[in-house]
Order: sequence, then C-alpha cells, then structure tokens
Amino acid sequence: YSQYVVCCGPIKILTLTSTFSNARACQCVSFSLQIFINNEWHDAVNKKTFPTINPATGEVICHVAEGDKADVEKAVKAAKDAFKLGSPWRRMDASDRGLLLSRLADCIERDAAYLAELETLDNGKPYAVSYSVDVPMVVKCLRYYAGWADKWEGKTIPIDGDYFCYTRHEPIGVCGQIIPWNFPLLMQAWKLGPALATGNTVVMKVAEQTPLTALYVASLIKEVGFPAGVVNIVPGMGPSAGAAIASHMDVDKVAFTGSTEVGHLIMKASSTSNLKKVTLELGGKSPNIILSDADMEEAVEQSHFALFFNQGQCCCAGSRTYVQESIYDEFVERSVERAKKRIVGDPFNFNTEQGPQVDEEQFQKILGYISSGKREGAKLMCGGGPAADRGYFIQPTIFGDVKDDMTIAREEIFGPVMQILKFKSLDEVIERANDSKYGLAAAVFTKNIDKAHYISNGLRAGTVWINCYDVFGVQAPFGGYKASGIGRELGEYGLDNYTEVKTVTIKVPQKNS
Amino acid sequence: MLDYSQESDIGQPCNSTRGKVFSTYNPATGEKICDVQEADKADVDKAVQAARSAFSLGSVWRKMDASERGRLLFKLADLVERDSAYLATLESLDTGKPFLSSFFVDLQGTIKTFRYFAGWADKIHGSTIPTDGEYFTLTRHEPIGVCGQIIPWNFPLVMTAWKLGPALSCGNTVVLKPAEQTPLTCLYIAALIKEAGFPPGVVNILPGYGPTAGAAIASHMGIDKVAFTGSTEVGKLIQEAAGKSNLKRVTLELGGKSPNIIFADADFELAVEQAHQGVFFNSGQCCTAGSRIFVEEPIYEEFVRRSVERARRRTVGNPFDPTTEQGPQVSAEQQSRVLELIQSGITEGAKLECGGKAPPSKGFFVEPTVFSDVQDHMRIAKEEIFGPVQQIMKFKTIEEVIERANNTEYGLAAAVFTTDLNKAMTVSAALQAGTVWINCYNALSCQCPFGGFKMSGNGRELGEIGLKEYTEVKTITMKMSGKKS
Repeated sequence: YSQYVVCCGPIKILTLTSTFSNARACQCVSFSLQIFINNEWHDAVNKKTFPTINPATGEVICHVAEGDKADVEKAVKAAKDAFKLGSPWRRMDASDRGLLLSRLADCIERDAAYLAELETLDNGKPYAVSYSVDVPMVVKCLRYYAGWADKWEGKTIPIDGDYFCYTRHEPIGVCGQIIPWNFPLLMQAWKLGPALATGNTVVMKVAEQTPLTALYVASLIKEVGFPAGVVNIVPGMGPSAGAAIASHMDVDKVAFTGSTEVGHLIMKASSTSNLKKVTLELGGKSPNIILSDADMEEAVEQSHFALFFNQGQCCCAGSRTYVQESIYDEFVERSVERAKKRIVGDPFNFNTEQGPQVDEEQFQKILGYISSGKREGAKLMCGGGPAADRGYFIQPTIFGDVKDDMTIAREEIFGPVMQILKFKSLDEVIERANDSKYGLAAAVFTKNIDKAHYISNGLRAGTVWINCYDVFGVQAPFGGYKASGIGRELGEYGLDNYTEVKTVTIKVPQKNS
Repeated sequence: MLDYSQESDIGQPCNSTRGKVFSTYNPATGEKICDVQEADKADVDKAVQAARSAFSLGSVWRKMDASERGRLLFKLADLVERDSAYLATLESLDTGKPFLSSFFVDLQGTIKTFRYFAGWADKIHGSTIPTDGEYFTLTRHEPIGVCGQIIPWNFPLVMTAWKLGPALSCGNTVVLKPAEQTPLTCLYIAALIKEAGFPPGVVNILPGYGPTAGAAIASHMGIDKVAFTGSTEVGKLIQEAAGKSNLKRVTLELGGKSPNIIFADADFELAVEQAHQGVFFNSGQCCTAGSRIFVEEPIYEEFVRRSVERARRRTVGNPFDPTTEQGPQVSAEQQSRVLELIQSGITEGAKLECGGKAPPSKGFFVEPTVFSDVQDHMRIAKEEIFGPVQQIMKFKTIEEVIERANNTEYGLAAAVFTTDLNKAMTVSAALQAGTVWINCYNALSCQCPFGGFKMSGNGRELGEIGLKEYTEVKTITMKMSGKKS
C-alpha cells in the first residue's frame, strides 16, 4: 500500500510516496479540506468535520469540513449573487464561458497524475483505471461542453399574425447538484460541464465518502478564473446538506445522481418547497442479453466487464445476464473461469483489476445480498465472501440458475456479484428484461442484424449497447427510463436540463415572410 | 524569420513544379518583401492527390474521433495565439492594415473562429427518422471530400480561419490558394498546422494566381467542392468552371454595395461614427462596406457636415504607427481603381466634400474621401469601390429608402440606425441582405451566419449553418422486422 503523509490543516494535503507521481508528488496548488464558497475556503459554520476513509485499509485519510444547512445557505447566497443581472458571469460572452471550461480541462489534464492518485486513495478504484479512464473522461467532458457554450441557439419562429417571435435559451439560475461516490471526478464533470456552459451558477454537494478530488478541482476553478460564486462546493451528508439544497427556496433546479430511494426524497423536497426543476440519475438492474449466435469469447469478456467494472459500483452494471439456453452451460463455465482470474488487491498495484468497495456500509450490504442469493436457492459458482482481512474487498462472485423473482435478480446490489439467468426466445427475454422498476441500460450480443434491432427497439432502457458494454461518449445522452431517472445527461440533450426557454413576441407593423 | 516561403504540401514545404516564384510587396512603401513559390496547375494536381489520399477510407484522418479533430483545431488556435504578435506584424507588412487592427481584430477573429469550429467537430448530428414502412432510417453527416478554397487579400488570416475552420471540423481535406497579394500569413499558418499535428495531406496550401492555380482548382475533376471569397466577377467564373467540370458544390462570398440607412430619430453621434467606420474600416476594403449611406432629409445637412469633419480627422500613415487609423490600399492596381472611381464621381456631378486623391508619399495610399449629393445612377453609387470613399444620399420616406436600398444586384449587408422599434423591425425584415445591423455596423462574430443575397454570393459561412456547406448527407434505410415507435 502506498504510504501517505497528510497535513490536515486548513491549508494543504500532500501525498508522497506514490511510485508514479513522485516527480509531481508535491502539489503546489493549495486546496483545502473545507467548504468552497465565492472562490474562498471556509470552515463549517458549526465547525464540524467528518473523516474520509481509505477503503483499501479502513484508515482515516483526513478530516473535511462538514457542511450543513447554514453553509448551504451561504453557498446559495453566493451563487445567487453571481447570477444577478449585470454580474460578470451574466455579462460574459458565451464563448468566454467556453474558454474557461476549456482551461479547467487543461489544468485537470496537467494535474492528472495527482488527481488520479487522490481519486484512488479516496474511492479505492485501481489507479491504472483512475489515470487512464476516469481523468481522461473528465477532461473530454469539460472540453465537449466548452464547445457548446456559444452554440446553444434559440430560434426565430414564423408565428401567425403581425408579430416577430423568437426564443432565448437562458440559464435557469442557481443549480443544486448532488453527486455520488462511485465516479467522483467524472460525476462532477458531468454536472459542471452543461451547467456552466449554459451560464448557470452552482451549489454542489459532494459525497461524504469521496470529497477530496472535487475540492481539488475547486482550486482549479479558482485558478482558471471563474468569477467568485459561480461554483460553490459543500462537502457534507445527504440528510443535512443534501436535503437543505433540495428544499432551498432559492435553488432553481436540482440534479441528483445516486440511489432511487434518495431520488424519491429529492423529488418530494422539490414539490414541498418551490417546485424546483428536478433531474435524476438513479439505480439500475440492467439486462445483458446473450443470444446463441453471439461471439462467445467477446460476450463472456464483455459481460464480465459489464458487471465487475468499478467493483460492480456502476448504476448501469449489467447485473442480469440473460443467456440463451443452448449456450448457457458453456457461458457460465467460461464466466466462472474469468471471474476466478480477476485480480483483487492494492489499487495502487498496476496488476490489480478490482479494488475495495467504497465503505463499510456498502461492504456489509453486498455480503447481505450474497447471503440472500444462497438462501433463496441460487447456485453459488465462485467467490461469495470477503477477499481480505482489512479494507472492504469482496471476492468476485457468480450465481447461476438465478430466477427472476430472487432478491439478487430484482434489487441493485452495487457490488461484484454476477447473476446469470437462462432464456429461450426473443419475445420472452424482452419481456423479462423489461420486467423491472428500473430502465437505465441494457445490452444485446448477437451477430444477426434483425435480432439486434428487434431487441434493442423493444427494451425499455435509456442506453442499449449492441455487442459492447459500458461504452460512453460525452457526445451521447445517458439516462433512465422509469425509476432509473428523469432527464438525460451528456450530449446536446444534456443542455436542456440547464436551460429556461423564453419566448419573446414583438408586435410589428406588417409581417413579411 | 521562419523560412516558410514555399508551398506547403503533404506535410512538407516544397518548391513549385515549374520552379516559378512571384513577389509580394509591402503596400505602405511599395517595396518587395520577398519571393514566394508560385503554384500552377501541376502543383494543384499534386495537392489534390495528397488531399484525396488523406481522405481515403481507413486513413488516419477518416478514422480519427471527431472530438480529436476538434482538439487539433483547438491546438491550432492556441498556436496562433502564441504567435499572435508575429502574425499581426506579418499581416500588417503584407496587407498594410494598421498593426493595432491586425493584433486586436484580425488575430482575435482568427483565434476565435478556429476555437468555435473546434467545438462543433463532435456535435455534428445526423438524425434517426420515423419513416413510413417497416424500415429504420438514419442520416450520416459525412464530410464532402476534397475541398478547394480560394481566399482574398483583404483579411488573409481571418479568411483562412473562416475556410479551414468548418472544412476541417466536418472532416474534409483541403487545397487552399491564398491571394497572390498576401500569401505570407497563410503560409505561416501552414507551419502551425504541421506543428499542431494534423495528418499530412489534410491541409495543402498553394500560393499562386487566380487565372492559373485558382482556375485549376475550380475546374479540377478531383475536387468535390470549391469555396471562393472575392469579386463577383470572378465568382461567376468559378461557378461556370464548376458547372463545366464535375458539378462540384460551390459556395461564394462576393462583393457588396451595402446600404446604411440613417433615420432622423437615430442616435446622431453613434450614427455618424458607425457610418464612418462602416465605410472606412480596413481602408474601405471590406465586402460589407457601408458604401451607400442614406440619410433622412431633416438631418442630412448636419450629417454630411459631421461626416466630413470626421473623415478629415482620420489619420492615414504608417501601419506600424499606433496612431494610424488607415493604412494604404493593398496594391497599386487597387489604388488606381479607387482613384478612377473617385474621378467618375466628380465627373458625374457628385459633390466632393474632402479627400479625393493619393497623398504625396510612397505606398498605395488614398485620402479619406467623402461625396455628398450622390444620385443612385452614378457609378460611385452602383459599383463596389473597395476604397476609403463615402457616398452620402438623401431620402424622404421609409418605403422609398427600402426600395432604393434594395435596388442593386448585390445583397451582402445593410444597416439601419433608428431608435424607433417599428422602423427597426420593418426595415430589417424588408432589406434584401444577408446581414442586417441595427444601430451598429460590421458587428461580426463567428457564431453568426454570414453571406449574400443575390449576386453577393451563395451559401452562408460561420455559425452552425456554415457546417452545412461542408457536409454531404447520406440517408441509410434498413429493413426492420416488427418496427415500433
């Protein structure tokens, strides 16, 4: 394990040791373990702090200021001021907003090694993945939305009568954004990108399990020159800081990514406060459908990746693998072989494929689901318990002979536990795949052009992958049907969530086409 | 100084096939700056081959992520920004524009245009379409292929960006001919294109003359599209050549004789200054020059008086002097042409209020010139002068001025100065011009489509719409079983 020395004062955090960022071990950009409001660092009003834990060891990394209602109040006020008519942010050319986002991406790229290290320390994901997947995707996301800033156009409209009519695409205002712990940096970028490109101001609550990288990015936001108050970041707990944002009368919109359970609470809070616009990215129990004509090797490897990536902690994890009858046995056998080869260990070791789960609570929850699987009669093919004595590591686990009504087939486990189910016909599997309260993602593996389109058209899921899984591009919208969410993030569609459309109609003496 | 005075082709500068060179001059002094390789038909053939090869299926450029194309354009913008002092100097040396203008207007316009189109690269969307029948239909917005681009001498850098930006954003490859009067900054950009990391063959730059290199591009069977900015006279030749050869797609940005309409209720100071800049900017060498100023009768006399006063104050001189507002015309040829038209104004009976001749100095300067009592039939009211010559006309009614403003074969730009909402709405809707300015002039930005009605051109550059001209739409329809909504 990498050793680290931390100065937990209000000023700096340093990580030494790592074998790869030694050359850049000392970060000269100072960021604080505090609340970021108006481009300044603040203690919590009530001076409370909370610990953030390294899930590979169970040890405390450091303590971070714990924002509560009073801190949210300050942050919202700052964001509201930054959004006033005539403010620097409101007066700025759209192209300059884009340029700031671009410069932020450049800084993140510059500090990639440090950020990847911090992400792995706080979240447990393998460093090789933080560095080669998470951070580059963050950079691409910000650059993509930088490009949209001056291209988000309203229309002029041929309305009836002697009028001239047009729409303006305006920012909504103060946007509350509550992000999860499974992809801390990336989730921050998915939220900031479209919100800032369209000219909003932000109050962001980061997950209490993983606050560190977002706070580092806050220092970069200040470095590149975003006006004070445009982005405010409050580390804290859901029931206090998160709830305060969701029910604040001066927050115009809230975006939440997390569990469906909390998604319900966010919507309720919006309805009992000021009817703020709500977008949600929630859970999933995504079906991954393997037809008998699929490329077997490719299907096995992709299905493995679909479930086990990020320690199984993906909202879109392919957690119901439906395999057509004639290839079922071979598929299970190969999947088990692959799972047994999965290397679980120190996230800072380049050979590690799977790190720990993010915290004790998740760890216990997943073990609970594994027990239920055994109890309810699924066949445990491999794994099934903790993988180490310390830290929150769980063995890659596979259940065969899973039935649709088992708990492990219906509920989101969010861990390295794979369910393999058998099916006969296309219409049957489509129906069973859709028989879920969720609808986030799905996949189908087949070589046949007709079957591929037939199935993908029939699935009630926001993203359908054909002969691949977890392929994300910031250009492509992502979001859920049903209880998996409301609205779409990414792509041009993602801008809708952060826009108020104003129609302006002017009387003219005589209209001409 | 970088040695770039060669053609840039297949990632390498190279000499012209026939070994010819031509000279480029500093119009502030009339002296030669240097010699440049002169491309001819054979060089165009080589360039087209390189561009075609860079465009083949499976090439680096074709396989590249769209977002990566955007990255390269953004990188190019950063490099231009890095070298902006040098580029502005070179631009002023070759064109005669005041240095402060080159630095603050031309360079910024160039950088912003590259950045703007960098942002579009991975946002060019086709559609999936609810077609009738058991089919699944989608469209791909593909690059057209090899694009020939011929640019003018009045804004060499900015014109390079306006052309390369959308073409490369959409994934095309390019054969570009800069104007023979001003090849230098474009050739420097070629070096930056290589430094930024564009694959060889994607951009090819051939300095040379219109009747040789330009004509070869317009009539080449291996070029899929030609974009030309320049005179209407040559625009016609380009369109004809395209029709005679392979029906290549054609877009044209041509001349103008843009009307600037000043109502009595306008903000007077603003109108005088904007009308002045509108016609005198860039020594009058703008396709959008507001070269017919229609002033409502009640304020006409005062407007003329104040415009003359302003023109007399306009400082003409060395482009590198920070107090200079106006540099020389780009060449001896242009200077004579302007002087000839001024003569015609005098001969045809317009009232010469100030200026009218070339000052006694080296270089191709023309004094800021103002004509009043201009009648619509005079040559100075109908022909594009492209020099620092302001025509002021009188009008009575709104219907009359709209008709007179539209009475031209051109239609590039127009402006109206008024504080009255109804007049502004009515006039802007009625004018047959690609851009109409209200209470401003020459307010151009890369987000906004720009182009001409009538003989001022075909197609629009800039904005999202600018991408259409560099895109070929392919519809793909696939049989489906069991289509559902």
